This record gives sequence, structure tokens and C-alpha cells, in this order.
Amino acid sequence: MEPAARLDHNHELALKDFPYIIRWRGNRCNRCGKCTAVCPMLAIEPSVILQRVVQSESPTPEPKTVRLVVSIIKQSTDINRCCTGCGACTLVCPNEAIEPEYNPQHKFLFHKNKGGYPYRRGGRRNDPKPSTLDRLRFTRISMLTDPALDAGRHEFRIRTYLGRILSADELPLKMVNGRLEVDKTLGKFIPPVREIYPVMIGSMSIGALSPTMWEGLAMGITYLNEVEDMPVVMCSGEGGMPQRLLRSRFIKYFIPQIASGYFGWDEIVRTLPHMVEDPCAIEIKYGQGAKPGDGGLLMAHKVLRLISEIRGVPMGVDLPSPPTHQTKYSIEESVAKMIQSMSMAWGFRVPVYPKISGTRTARAVLNNLVRNHYAGALSIDGEDGGTGAAYNVSMDSMGHPIASNIRECYLDLVRQGKQNELPLIAAGGVGKKGNLAANTAALIMLGASAVSIGKYIMQSAADCFGDELNRCNICNIGKCPRGITTQDPKLYRRLDPDKVAERVVEVFKSLDIELKKIFAPMGRSTELPIGMSDGISSDDSAIAERLQISYVC
Amino acid sequence: MCRLIAITSNEYFSPMENILALETMKEGHDGSGMGLVLKNLGGEFEELKTCPILSGICSKEGIHILDDYMNKLGFKLKYTWTPKIKPVKEVSRRDYYFARVYDYPDEYRNKSFDDKEDILLRTRVTLRKIGEDDESIIVFSFYPDILTLKEVGDPLQLGEFFNLDKSPLKAKIIFAQGRQNTNYAINLYACHPFFIQGYGSMTNGENTAFVPIREFLMGRGFAGYIGYNSDSEVFTHILHYICKQLRHPLIYYKDIITPLKESEVQTRPDSEAVRLLKISLRPLCIDGPNCVIGFTPDGTCFMVQDAKKLRPGVVGGIKGKYGLVSEECGLDSVITQRDKSQDIFPMKYDMVIVEPDAKEVKVWNQLQGWTITTN
Repeated sequence: MEPAARLDHNHELALKDFPYIIRWRGNRCNRCGKCTAVCPMLAIEPSVILQRVVQSESPTPEPKTVRLVVSIIKQSTDINRCCTGCGACTLVCPNEAIEPEYNPQHKFLFHKNKGGYPYRRGGRRNDPKPSTLDRLRFTRISMLTDPALDAGRHEFRIRTYLGRILSADELPLKMVNGRLEVDKTLGKFIPPVREIYPVMIGSMSIGALSPTMWEGLAMGITYLNEVEDMPVVMCSGEGGMPQRLLRSRFIKYFIPQIASGYFGWDEIVRTLPHMVEDPCAIEIKYGQGAKPGDGGLLMAHKVLRLISEIRGVPMGVDLPSPPTHQTKYSIEESVAKMIQSMSMAWGFRVPVYPKISGTRTARAVLNNLVRNHYAGALSIDGEDGGTGAAYNVSMDSMGHPIASNIRECYLDLVRQGKQNELPLIAAGGVGKKGNLAANTAALIMLGASAVSIGKYIMQSAADCFGDELNRCNICNIGKCPRGITTQDPKLYRRLDPDKVAERVVEVFKSLDIELKKIFAPMGRSTELPIGMSDGISSDDSAIAERLQISYVC
Repeated sequence: MCRLIAITSNEYFSPMENILALETMKEGHDGSGMGLVLKNLGGEFEELKTCPILSGICSKEGIHILDDYMNKLGFKLKYTWTPKIKPVKEVSRRDYYFARVYDYPDEYRNKSFDDKEDILLRTRVTLRKIGEDDESIIVFSFYPDILTLKEVGDPLQLGEFFNLDKSPLKAKIIFAQGRQNTNYAINLYACHPFFIQGYGSMTNGENTAFVPIREFLMGRGFAGYIGYNSDSEVFTHILHYICKQLRHPLIYYKDIITPLKESEVQTRPDSEAVRLLKISLRPLCIDGPNCVIGFTPDGTCFMVQDAKKLRPGVVGGIKGKYGLVSEECGLDSVITQRDKSQDIFPMKYDMVIVEPDAKEVKVWNQLQGWTITTN
């Protein structure tokens, strides 16, 4: 007997099971087909139906039923073609006839593992709630007894340091005629230290990002340095950098990253003798906030000619970065030797620092670095950090929030009196709700020397659709509808690198004003309020207690 | 905002001069306390310059505890000065105000001055801790040729209370603060001027960078960097850390608390050292509205402003006597015969330095070097 399921579609999913349902209005649609052409998931398709229409054509009502063949836009119920809510269809529609609508009752995660393949995606943790950073308020407002500074009139210096800082009693200074001079006869090693803007663009590789996106970011930060006198720096991510940039004087605004796949480093090492400037720093990636304990993967369809040249690999092959540096078996190997080797490559003129995922073991790493005089900083990437590709379970369930992680590391340094010697860089969810300046200032007051942003700059400079309701988040499949995370020329040509650069400059200039608006009423202008924990409070007593700040209500 | 008057002279003078200046500057001020630090003492202390003086206040029980502790350490009481208290209605009297001169314990007699300074500091800190909870022992300073008096109340009434107008107590350098109580409950340990191992300072203003500075100082592992009942105490400890611990010249105090921009550092002949200090001592940058008036062990007095010059401060006088004050009217009351046109109002880059014995006044400018010398 034929199973009933075939007759009643019992084993098919209903649209109600999907996270986004397409709202299509046939009476506005002119059937141009742009929406179906642009959909990266092929979630919608043209279809025909037989439609029963009641109509009357005479002056007096004479209803007749007719049956017409009508073309429509139909949403797929195949889980692998589900609508991700990106809204590219709405953007291209000339007549406002179509838009996806979020369905809070969806059961997406129950089904997105067909063939036994777990759900993989890009983006960040799907948690739309405000983060701890957004629960912090700046409550020490200078008033009368210590008049507030004027953000518009007073001089502000929003700068920080990247690199190992010697304690004052270690400085090789001598007095000559009442003035201090550096005593070079002592042969004391003075680690390199860079003065940079306290918000840096975090590691996003050429490969994960499209050529136009990466170029736009690079042009933006170069403009900020050269024209606006804002020393914003940017990390390359794993995968090397274009030769023409490595050999240019602009390399000083960039931080090449080395990670467990070592992609691109053959090219970088070969270029070393030809470099006219040192890079700002070198970042060694040990972990990533979005997918702690997991490696990276640039999928074969993103490995086209440009990427294969920069990374020094064949085209069209998967490029996995292992979760750990496979050649290293201990923290001494991984951290001490690797930092020293990278320092040596540039004659100890370039700060080298590791980046780790937010973790309860961060303090162990920190204390190892404190004793390593070549370590230039520690970057900690919290669980709200973004990624181009990872398993959903890693993104949603693994990791450590940045706020308490950075705070306990800073307080650990304070206990040792070394809070100014090893700068802490905080990342992971900075600006998640758009509050970039507030999140930055809060992290600085918790103890960070600088913060790193990634997802925020993609959203603000290139209009990335992704959000924490799992909108879009298809960075991993190379079909980014904005052209940000794709290597497909048809897609990345949509993205104008000049416009991205322009937006990067606008974002940092407005950020600078907002930071002044926070620091001025708190009476800080010359140095960053690093660790100024009396300046912040939380309306949640548990958060306040954990972060050792005041509770307000 | 607190009222400040420091007078440095080549002759002994009475602290009443400072108190009268505070009275002149009092308008609009609540006068909730006064602190006095006297250095280079005259009168009965003139013959006791090398012996440490313990200044403080004890309850009846506290003085016995203090005596027992000092005896146990081997300090021998050599001379005791107590003010002749004249009851004043508005001042609540405590049991026992004192400045006691001691001889060092036998085993310290031939030790270096550094060792002696160390035992003096540790003794003061321990006494403070013993008496802190019940306020049975309050100690302000324990150092040769330094006497400290602090109490809650109006400065003029306190002068009467301590009978200072009739007392032979005199000194060549006297720092006085008229306290304007703001953020904290009145606590004598929060009262300026602060003193540590030969260095003293007082400040008008609030210190917005207090928490990071306090954490940095407490992390230096030095026993004297405690207290911080006032956010201004850190200015004294920064001074001590830079000049005593790191042994850097006084002018670098200014470079640390109000660091230059990188483009400005490049113009300095000592730019390499200034840059390294600026980076290494980044947490000691002050940002708040502050005028800091201080002294060093050799009797040099100075005044510096925060980088925005948000507080008043003026230095003026005649050869042999200079005043460093928060309000100019205070200076008018102390040194009337000076040429006012020579008064110096330090701006953002300046550090006004009055040499020991008030011989001359110099201005150190972070960008220009030594700019003005008056003598």
C-alpha cells in the first residue's frame, strides 16, 4: 500500500518551521525576476499555479469563476535552501513586492543537519540580548568639584601603546648635567612600542574577505593615518598580504597575522629583504573567540587565483587551519619560542603578541607572557567575536564573554604591579548593538589597553546583513550578497572599495568624537582611563560584583 | 576646593602667617579642617635636627600603646612638644596632640640614612595600623625636622585652639591647607599636606585618575604607599616614587604627571628618556583639575598645574621669602611688599621651583627648558 506520507507531505517541512518567511505581494510584483536571481540561497523561485478567480466584467454584478495560470514567487521548503532573511530580494525589487519576515517560532536547528553534516555558518553568536558591555554605564560624571572637560574645546589625546613596556625601574637611564639620557653602554634591550589608536580592525583575512572589502578597509585605515593623523591599525588575518602592500611604506599600518595554517608566510618571508618599513606588529593566532578550540577553513570554492597566489597554495582546494599549532607541543614552544622567532625575523624591532580565545585559562597564558620579555601584548577574543566559517555549535555554545575575562586578567596584572607592562587587547562583540564607543570605553575602564573590532566594521562600512537572529550569516559559502565575504567576481564587484574606505574613515572619526564625549565628563583627556573602574557601574548587581565595579539602580 | 599656602623663607616664621593667609582666602569656603607641615624647624627643635619627630594624636589609651611599641623597638623619647590647648567652642578636642622627638634604637645609630628612613616609615605605618580602627593612635609623620598638625575645624579657630599665635613654634618652610570637605567623610588622614620620607605635597582639586594611579603605586611593593583616604595623597607618593625611588631629577615629575604629546617630546634634547618615562609611567598621568604644591628633602618648593590649567595657583615674594598659594589674595596677605608684576602664574607646561632658603625662583618649561629666573 502506498504510504500516506506521500499523499499528505508529512515528511516535508512547513514554512512555519523556517526562520524567515517570504512575504510576497503578487499584486505589486511585475515578475521581473530580479529577486530570484539575486537570492544567494536559491530560497525563492519562479513558479506557476492555477488560480481560481471570481470576476465580474459587466456594469452590474455578474460574478463568474475563472481559472488562470499565474506566475508567482515560491519559497522553497528544502532546509538547505532556506531563506536566511538577508533581504537582498527586497533591495533589488523595483516595486516593494517582497521581503523576508522573521519567524520566532522556527525550528531551524532541529533540521539543519541533513546528510549528517552539522550546521556551519559565518557571523557571530546568535544571542540578540544586550551583552554585559551594554549593561555598563559611565557614572562618574565630573561636576563642580572637578569640572568636566569640554570635548569640543579641550585637547584630547586618544592613543594607546602596543608592545612590551619596561617598568620604570628597568629603564637604562643615566643623569647627565641634570637631564636623563638613555645609557646605551648597558646594552639593555628596549622592546619596540607603537603608539596607536585604541580601536584596531581585527584579523580578517584576504580570502575570508573579498578583494574589494579588504582593499576598502586597507585604504580607509591608510587615509586615517596619512590624512586624519589617526594611527588606526589593522590586522591581516591569516593568509598573507598582497606583495605590493608588503613592499610599500604603508605596511607600517598593518599587523600581519601568523596562524596554525601558516598560509601566506612563505611569501612574507621571501619579501622580508625587500620591505622598506616594518609592520606595526605581528599577531600570532592561537584561538578565535567565535570558535574557540576550533580551526579555520577556507573552502575550496573561495580559493581562486588571487588567494592561491597570496597564500602560496594551489587553486580550488580546501584550506584548513588546525585548531592548534601542530608543530608546537607546549606553551613554552607555542608562545616563548614562536614569539622570539617572529621577533628575531624583524631584528626585534616589531612587537609580537599572541591572540587567544576568551577562556577561563586566559590568566595562565597571561602569567606566562608576563615572564616573557619579548611578548608585546595579549589579545583576548571573547565569545561574541565573529568568523567567516565555523560550526554553529562552536559559535553558539563555546567561549567566554570578554568583560569578566579582561577584568580578571587586568586585576591579575594589578596584583603583580605589571598592569602597564603587558597591554591587553579586548575583542569579541565590541559594538555588537552598535554602541562602539561605549563598549570600547567600558572595556578600557575594565583594564583593556585597546580593543579590536571585526563584525562591527563589516556592518557599518559595508552594510553586512548579518545579525544575531541568524540573518544572512552565510559568509562560509562564498555567496555573500553584499560582496564582503566572497571570491566570486560577480558578487564582489557589487562592493565599491572606495565607498568602504569612506565609511571606515567616517566610522573612526565619529568614534573619536563619541569617545571624547565619554572621557570629557569623566575628566580624562591625556591618557586613556585604563582600569578606571570607579567610572563605570552596572544595574545588575551580579555583574557589578563579578567585575568589581559599583552597582547602581 | 581647598585653599593652599606654602611659605618658604630663609628665616624662621610662625605658622600663624599661613593661617592668616588661609583666613584671607576663606571667602566661600567652609573651613572644615586644616593641615600644617613644618619643615626646617626652629625654636625648641633647632638643636634636634637629626632626631626623628613623631607627629600625631592619641587617645588616653592610645598613648600607652604607642609608648609600649616605641619602647619595644628601642626608640628613646628625647623631647616632647605638645600644643597648649585653648578650648574653642567649635573645635572638639581630642585627648593628646604631640610631636615627640626620639633617639634611634641603638642598632640603628650607625646605620645609613636609607636604613633609618626605612625603620621610621615602617614604624609609622605600623602605628597607624594599630590605631586605625578605634582612632586611638593617629600618626602623620615620623621624620627628622618635620612636624605635622592636623585637625577638623576652621583654620583660624584651630590656630587659637593650638595657641599657635603665642607658641614659639617656628619653621623656615610651612605648608598649610584649609580643607574644603567634598567627597569623603572628615578623616584626618585625608587632610593635606601629605608627607613621606622627606617629600610633601598638597593639592587643590579632584583627581579623576585616582583609581589607576592608586593601583599602580600599591603595586610598587613599597610599604609607605598605603592610605589614600584622599585622592590627592597619590601626588605625594608619585613625587616620592620618581625622585626617591627612581632617583630622577625633580623636573621629570612634571613630565610624568602631565606627559607631552609625541610631537612635543621630539623637540626635547632628552626626548629618548622622556619618551621611555612617558610610556613606562603612563598610569601616573593626572588628568584632573589640580594645582600641586610640594617640597623635597633639600627644601626646594615647587608648584605645577594639570595639563589643562584648571586650578588657580600663584608664586610670588621677595628674595628670602616666597609664597606658593592657591589664591592671590593669600599671597597679598603674607608678602605685602613684593613686586606684584613679578608674580608667576604657572601654565600647562610650567613648573615653578623655589630654591632652598628662598634664594631664587626658577620656571622650568617642558618645551622651553629654564625660562624665568628671579632673585
